[in-house]
Amino acid sequence: MNDSTQTAVQHRDYAGAKLGMWLFLFTEILLFGGLFLVYSVYRSMYPEDFHEAAAGLSVVLGTVNTVILLTSSLTMALAISALQRGNTRQSVLLQGATIVLGLVFLVNKYFEWSGHIHEGIFPNAPELLARSHGQVQFYGLYYVMTGLHGLHVVAGLALIGIMLSLTIRQRITREDNGKLENAGLYWHLVDLIWIYLFPLFYLIT
Amino acid sequence: METNFYNTPGKHKGILAWVLSTDHKRIGLLYLSCMTAFFLTGMTLGLLMRLELIAPGRTLMAASTYNALFTLHGVIMIFLFIIPGIPAALGNFMLPLQIGAQDVSFPRLNLMSWWFYIIGAAVAITSLFTGGGAPDTGWTFYVPYSIRTGTNVSLAVFGVFLMGISSTLTGLNFVTTIHRLRAPGMSWFRMPLFVWSIYATGWVQLLATPVIAITLLMLMAERFFGIGFFDPAKGGDPILFEHLFWIYSHPAVYIMILPAMGAVSEIIPVFARRTIFGYKAIAFSSLGIALFGYLVWGHHMFTSGMSDEARMIFSLLTFLVAVPSGIKVFNWVASLYKGSIRLDTPFLYIMAFIFLFSIGGLTGLVQGALATNVHVHGTYFIVAHFHYVMFGGTVFAFIAALHYWFPKMSGRMYHEGRARIAALALFIGFNTLYFPMFVLGWQGMPRRYYDYLPHYQPLHVVSTVGSWILATGILLMLYNLFRSLRTGEKAGDNPWGGTTLEWKTSSPPPVENFEKIPEVTTGPYHYQ
Ligand code: HEM
Ligand SMILES: [Cu+2]
Repeated sequence: MNDSTQTAVQHRDYAGAKLGMWLFLFTEILLFGGLFLVYSVYRSMYPEDFHEAAAGLSVVLGTVNTVILLTSSLTMALAISALQRGNTRQSVLLQGATIVLGLVFLVNKYFEWSGHIHEGIFPNAPELLARSHGQVQFYGLYYVMTGLHGLHVVAGLALIGIMLSLTIRQRITREDNGKLENAGLYWHLVDLIWIYLFPLFYLIT
Repeated sequence: METNFYNTPGKHKGILAWVLSTDHKRIGLLYLSCMTAFFLTGMTLGLLMRLELIAPGRTLMAASTYNALFTLHGVIMIFLFIIPGIPAALGNFMLPLQIGAQDVSFPRLNLMSWWFYIIGAAVAITSLFTGGGAPDTGWTFYVPYSIRTGTNVSLAVFGVFLMGISSTLTGLNFVTTIHRLRAPGMSWFRMPLFVWSIYATGWVQLLATPVIAITLLMLMAERFFGIGFFDPAKGGDPILFEHLFWIYSHPAVYIMILPAMGAVSEIIPVFARRTIFGYKAIAFSSLGIALFGYLVWGHHMFTSGMSDEARMIFSLLTFLVAVPSGIKVFNWVASLYKGSIRLDTPFLYIMAFIFLFSIGGLTGLVQGALATNVHVHGTYFIVAHFHYVMFGGTVFAFIAALHYWFPKMSGRMYHEGRARIAALALFIGFNTLYFPMFVLGWQGMPRRYYDYLPHYQPLHVVSTVGSWILATGILLMLYNLFRSLRTGEKAGDNPWGGTTLEWKTSSPPPVENFEKIPEVTTGPYHYQ
């Protein structure tokens, strides 16, 4: 394959790229879907235990994180529309803000997790195993689901970081911003999943 | 000499011109060569198992070695060979050609999928020689044993996880390609049926594979952190793992068989010189299979303690999902009626396919019925059944398609005489190897045992002899193809008189597939 053919084949197919991205988001939802399934099974098996265990989570921290993530979705959407209006500088600033908010989310999460671990509540810990079965499952799900979500946040941040540098180097422009839009879609998905995790873990007390 | 994608110089040289190429044709051939190597490895393991079973008691190996062998054989044949299978190898090569495109929608993603596949395969194979030794759980990785065993399950599972990513991305790529890159004039109902089947398969890959991905992640989390999802001592439920596993793995059997059915629908009209009977019925039955295939996973778990209602519903749905497969078989047979049939090698394999797949499919119904299922569950009946569908079905169709498209891919014809002898050896060997297993299973021989009661021996000996005939056929078939790469006669653009677009370009095709993107004005199988 030589250079000229590479470019010959690399057509700009926006609708195709969008379609591919939506399909990818679909697979991400199904990935979490497996965990939501497990959650619903154990929640229906141990409703009281889940209720009790949820009291151990801080609603304040959870709410703060929800607000942070929602705001970051907003800044991301604004970053895209800024670029589409041709305002590159504003778009760069807003993308930067999205990254900062994502990082704050992770820092929050870090303190939350370490608080629980400090209390001896983590998988396979004697403290946790001494509690009821439902509580063990609740915290198992809590760690796995928020952990996997956290990894998605990290991936999303890396992605937006790349977009940021491409925007600064004028490789993503007003005319050619499909990549940024797709990164935005991904970030909204990460947000969306959190919107489900939040009530399922924090608000069921 | 005519320029084609082999002799056009590219950015890279030597092996790099292959493993860094984004050309769908090269990627297809990469898959094909890797899969051939893995198939031969899996076959060798199968032969060793059959040799062990030639006599009761310990013959060659210890029981634990046998456990590792059937696990490896299963993992290699399923995840390294048949899941990427026809779509990744022949689909990659033929799909853009058949719809008149220059490449797939995302060529770089396509290359990345291959890298995921090959790294995943390397990780899975590394798991054999490192850690606590080769996994011995069977390819199904059932808990609780897969959590407790000291063998290297985690690494093998991680390899399978990576290959799952590869499969998902391939499905995504193909679905998008079919939506976006069809040549002008190619409406949905002018697509070749192979393309329809790849399309349906792509959806299954997209919608089912993430479920196995998360299941395997949970299994790894279980092994590393002891979370307890599947551990009754911590309030978990091992049966839940089986559900999650089969929610993927039943649809996965359609990832294996749908493209094979597509290849059959492609070859039959060409060798019967007649348009396919029931084009729409075949196209929609692919989608039907893809859809209903999601709802029947419970038939793998009839004996693991579900409620009677659940079992009856799963049983009913299993019978229903057989209907679209039946529709296809009837349409294929009807397509032959009044055709002028050419008995070339691809067609011989197709006939073998219809015969073997029918046996495999009908014995599937034996297991779909509750009463008989309880009798044959976990016996050699199952081993016979799934080899009939996967090997007799998918692999025979794969070989048919390989012969059918060999002239397009290589520019040369294979040796017809040798190919026919190989086909015969394969057919005889196959039935000698697997048919006795139905009987053994019916008589109660359990699967995954390295030992058995002496009265089972005669049939086991027959089966082992069959494995030798089969292996000879495979080797002869491959030898013939490899040799023909050099010595075969020049094939020309369209040796079979096919009517689909891949035959409208030169053999092998140029880098950009077509001199000029063709305009489509008729259906795919336009014979007068
Ligand atoms: C090439 C010749 C082959 C031979 C000689 C062979 C032989 C065998 C044997 C002896 C077993 C073990 C039976 C038991 O102890 O339970 C087995 C299991 C199996 N085979 Fe094959 N086989 C061959 C090809 C294939 C192919 C082409 C596939 C699929 C594409 C396949 C898929 C499997 C699977 C999934 C299992 C079950 C493994 C498990 O129990 O975990 N085999 N085969
Ligand atoms: Cu099934």
